[in-house]
Amino acid sequence: MVKVDGRGDESALIRARGLGKTYRRGGEEIHVLQGLNLDVDAGEFIAFMGPSGSGKTTLLNLLGGLDVPSAGSVTVAGDEITRMSARKLTSWRSRHVGFVFQMYNLIPVLTAFQNVELPLLLTSLSKAQRRQHVETALDVVGLSDRMHHYPRQLSGGQEQRVGIARAIVADPTFLLCDEPTGDLDRKSADEALDLIDRLVREFGKTALMVTHDPLAAERAHVVLHLQKGVLVDTVTMGRAR
Amino acid sequence: MKYVPLVLSNLFRKKTRTALTSGSFAVALFLFGILAVVDGAFQQGVDVAGVDRLVVLNRVSIIQPLPLAYRDRLLRIPGVTHVTFANWFGGVYQDERNFFPQFAVDRETYRQMFTEFIVPDDQWQGFQTDKEGAIVGEALAERFKWKIGDRIPIKGTIFAGTWEFNIRGIYRGRRVQDDTTQLWFRWDYLDERKAFGKGWVGWYTARIANPDDAVRLVKVIDEQFANSPAETKTDTEKAFAASFVKQMGNIQLLIMSVGSVVFFTLLLVTGNTMAIAVRERTRELAVLKAVGFSDRFVLMLVIAETMVVAVVGGGVGLGLAKLFTLRGDPTGGLLPFFYLASDDIALGLGLALAVGLAAGVLPALSASRLRVVDALRRV
Repeated sequence: MVKVDGRGDESALIRARGLGKTYRRGGEEIHVLQGLNLDVDAGEFIAFMGPSGSGKTTLLNLLGGLDVPSAGSVTVAGDEITRMSARKLTSWRSRHVGFVFQMYNLIPVLTAFQNVELPLLLTSLSKAQRRQHVETALDVVGLSDRMHHYPRQLSGGQEQRVGIARAIVADPTFLLCDEPTGDLDRKSADEALDLIDRLVREFGKTALMVTHDPLAAERAHVVLHLQKGVLVDTVTMGRAR
Repeated sequence: MKYVPLVLSNLFRKKTRTALTSGSFAVALFLFGILAVVDGAFQQGVDVAGVDRLVVLNRVSIIQPLPLAYRDRLLRIPGVTHVTFANWFGGVYQDERNFFPQFAVDRETYRQMFTEFIVPDDQWQGFQTDKEGAIVGEALAERFKWKIGDRIPIKGTIFAGTWEFNIRGIYRGRRVQDDTTQLWFRWDYLDERKAFGKGWVGWYTARIANPDDAVRLVKVIDEQFANSPAETKTDTEKAFAASFVKQMGNIQLLIMSVGSVVFFTLLLVTGNTMAIAVRERTRELAVLKAVGFSDRFVLMLVIAETMVVAVVGGGVGLGLAKLFTLRGDPTGGLLPFFYLASDDIALGLGLALAVGLAAGVLPALSASRLRVVDALRRV
């Protein structure tokens, strides 16, 4: 269930209340997000759409603890992350959030295996356990046979699948996908979306995705439209649970 | 250990740049090694000087002699336990480039005075019984492939004529820094043959019972010979060696100046290189932070990369310097103690690490202060 009226109960996985973000440029204040409420239950797949500058990515950054709001609060699985120190927030991110970026953002000097392993270096897992987790994640995205390839040796679609494997390897609470298909051709984009869809349906993950692509948005359960920092429309898709 | 691949793979990202930066450290530390060797060569006499020995010279100058009769008067001074004397010879073996120090020494007392030089008893006895006998240091013997029994001619420059010596013994030093490039022959042979200055010696060396008494004894000795035709100037052996080095100029200041300029330049070059490297990786560092790596981790990662470059480059440079010194004194005898000590290697590595740290701190701080959202948006 996804609610935007601020009336969701405390069982929601993600709760945003009165969320606002204001930037100062010169003497001018720019309100990127204004008084946004959002309740997202576990297992949901949400797409945020809207024109450039509507606040989609800013919202995603706030929900993922990459940025701090100017107003309001974000609570994830009972933890109010907007009250956490920067240090605690960093640690929280490593346990709860899996990021998928538009440009994949793989580290070019590391192999697919090493890229996927990165989040696990922050855990107390042994080398053998890390290997097992990485192999599982790469198997889920169908790239077991490419684990020793460097990003430059992979196609864009494969790079994004490695990015998704990196996002899920530490078994995070939810996935934040910032235009995950923005740099892919249609076929690769569909493969990436299939994968996110599968992670939600088979593995019960919660996914929040920013996209400009209507075909990508169709794969979500709910599409939220933003304009000038305000949620203006909510569309529940036929594929919703 | 699990982060090692991350550090190394970043270093291999731009192999040429890493090699050149590391090469800068190698060149700087090679230079440091050689400067340390040269400094050590000049300071060696000061470092190994006996704390319980005084050197008694003619007050006018080091080249003015002293009467042999002073020996007994020195021995009568309370606190002086032992006295020996020697003369500088200054001869040439085959070619002027084959410089090495030659001393005419008192066969009765010289060995007991300089116990850091080890001469086997039978060889010393052979030396005492042969008026033309000579003892040579093992480095000198090695240099000219001399062995016991060889007869060597030396052309006198102060004392005219060709002087022939029979090598009766080879001495070695107790410590690695002891000078084994000298030749000693009998003072009585010199005194007998020389055409002038018979009964005069170059300088005296006196052993004292208590090193803490040195200052008083220096005064006592010089007062003893005050207002005589050959007044003395006495010093501790260490002060004498230090004043000898000073005559060459302030070697340490020169070395410090050159070294400081080199290391400061290295700091700027490495700092700039690391700043570029960090700037190129802004997005990657932001991603590391996004997935949960702390600011402190990113700081340490950048510093670790610089330190690896510094240690590898510095190690190579010091290793090459060490190899260079293994070939021995390249000056043909001016720097007999041409040796890179382990203390200097440790100091060099410490300096390399310090420069690496200093060069890496600013780029590392800027990396650690990156805001993820800004960095991801910027590139």
